[in-house]
Amino acid sequence: MRRLVEGSEAIAEAAITAGCRFFAGYPMTPFTEVLEHFAAKLPGAGGVCVNAESELEAIGMTWGALATGARAATGSTGQGLALMQESLSEITRAELPLVVFHMARGQSDYFQATRGGGHGDYRHVVLAPIDVHEAVTLTQLAFDLADRWRNPVQIHGDFLLAHTAEAVDIEPLAFDPLPPKDWAVDGSLGGTGRSRNINPIGMTKGAKGIDPDAFWKRLQAKHDQIEAQEPRAETLFTEDAELVVVAFGSLARFARYAVRELRGEGLRVGYVRPITLWPFPADAVARAAEGARRVAVLEQNAGQMIDDVRLAVLGRAPVVPIGGISSDEAGFGIGPLLDPDEVRSRITRALEGREGSP
Amino acid sequence: MTRRPPALSTDAPPEEPARRMGRIKPALLLHEDHDLCPGCGEPLAMRILLEVIEELGQSQNAIGVVGIGCYTAFTSTMDVDLVQALHGRAPSVATGAKRMRPESLIFTLQGDGDMVSEGLQEVIHTAARGEAVTCVLLNNGVFGETGGHMTATTVLGQRTKNSLDGRDAAYHGHPILIGDLLAQLGGTGYAARGSVHDAAGVVKTKNLVRRAFESQLQGRGFSFVEILTMCPTGWFVPTADGPGYLDRVLGAVHATGELRNGDRLTTTAELVASALPETGEETPR
Repeated sequence: MRRLVEGSEAIAEAAITAGCRFFAGYPMTPFTEVLEHFAAKLPGAGGVCVNAESELEAIGMTWGALATGARAATGSTGQGLALMQESLSEITRAELPLVVFHMARGQSDYFQATRGGGHGDYRHVVLAPIDVHEAVTLTQLAFDLADRWRNPVQIHGDFLLAHTAEAVDIEPLAFDPLPPKDWAVDGSLGGTGRSRNINPIGMTKGAKGIDPDAFWKRLQAKHDQIEAQEPRAETLFTEDAELVVVAFGSLARFARYAVRELRGEGLRVGYVRPITLWPFPADAVARAAEGARRVAVLEQNAGQMIDDVRLAVLGRAPVVPIGGISSDEAGFGIGPLLDPDEVRSRITRALEGREGSP
Repeated sequence: MTRRPPALSTDAPPEEPARRMGRIKPALLLHEDHDLCPGCGEPLAMRILLEVIEELGQSQNAIGVVGIGCYTAFTSTMDVDLVQALHGRAPSVATGAKRMRPESLIFTLQGDGDMVSEGLQEVIHTAARGEAVTCVLLNNGVFGETGGHMTATTVLGQRTKNSLDGRDAAYHGHPILIGDLLAQLGGTGYAARGSVHDAAGVVKTKNLVRRAFESQLQGRGFSFVEILTMCPTGWFVPTADGPGYLDRVLGAVHATGELRNGDRLTTTAELVASALPETGEETPR
């Protein structure tokens, strides 16, 4: 049934619909309402939401819940996730299917989300919904991908996504069958010689010492596979575009609107939106850049995703920034850039080759 | 309870290397070598844990969450379902596991650097929440794995690699009596401190671990057992002096006994006072 639901509530409901039965979090704007909705809804669904005493404990509790085979999630905003980084990288090596809800302040956490701030070689799938409707779909996909790859998946939203109400259907989506979680601890194999060990440092039962080289290379092979199979992008009007605009998340909604308007007026503008920030849809961006005079990157930060766009375009066309830092007084990311006329005017200027001028 | 074969005779030098547990190997141990230094107290603590799990009929119901320290090596030898946690973070990991599996016996295994230095807030909040898990602290007063450095439980005067002239209260601060902090919290059902410096201590400690696990299984909230263990390598004392040093130096401050059993509360200060000889003469403990 279609209902008017705020993003944070839709996310919590979609997660529970996907089978999430454990959540732990620590309040922080603009993530707070996600926690509130999990706290309100999980007990009624037979689940548990723990009000953790810090982000460190929130991620730790989620780790323990995941180890038992439960679908479990945590979240925060960039600052809180900075605190969790040690666990985020270690959980990746423990191959636990974590889902993280990141409600960022603007788009300045692109590097944190796609590169991570933890130790060692690791990767997280990062899904950036453009609106509440897509957030409902991607939240359910996140739990499926996490279980399929036994790897953390992040839903990367922002203040606007968490606090915008939209009319959505929250119905369970169908996914392919998943392998059984025979790795999960339940105590049942104690004393049989086959007890389990969920271990992020490569130690196995009965073995002497560890083989870090083989352990890390096996994880790298998995991440290579994810990189090949999971990139997702939305592409519009790129076949004959002189200018291709690349944007993600809430800001892409403004870009998509402006590009459609300009196309209606006969201007040759195209649009590519990475839905997965990692793996970055480099092929889709490279194809879109074929024949374009320039590629304009619209992002609300000092220039982060532009690195990935440049690596994808590889000199086929000049890649120019048309976004920038844009903050409200509170610092939560609702800056003046989030304005259809402003976005339209920046795209028009880039099309005319004067993207730097006011 | 299963019947145990008699302990090895100590009348003569052992015929086997000391690191082998030989005929008294617990059923839940995958192989006999413990891989730690000669004279280490942690394998004794592990043996206690594994024996109690088996004796309580919990072999197929126990889940351990192991921190980072020398005892991390046990994750390859303990035949119990395990989750390896980060340094300091085992209590929150145990919390998440227990909330999803309330019927399981869930315990953590942490050292003093792990639980009291790095992870102090985790264990305190877990106790305050009354999580029905058992946190087991192996306390030797040093970071053994890094080579004998000061922790939050290092006693005053104790020499470590980064308190070479002994821990000085004015310069290094005071040791934390973690058992007292935890015993006072409303969510705690059981808290006790034992020591494995001699055979009697091992037997007493085993009783404390059993009561802590029983407390968890009876749903009496958070339970805690601290086990004082030898670390001759980290203390820079001859291996044979380890047990005596543990009893004399750490045991005098982190006195053994029950700190909480249901509503019965004791403090470490009271345990120290009750252990003091009344006449001033040396009384064997």
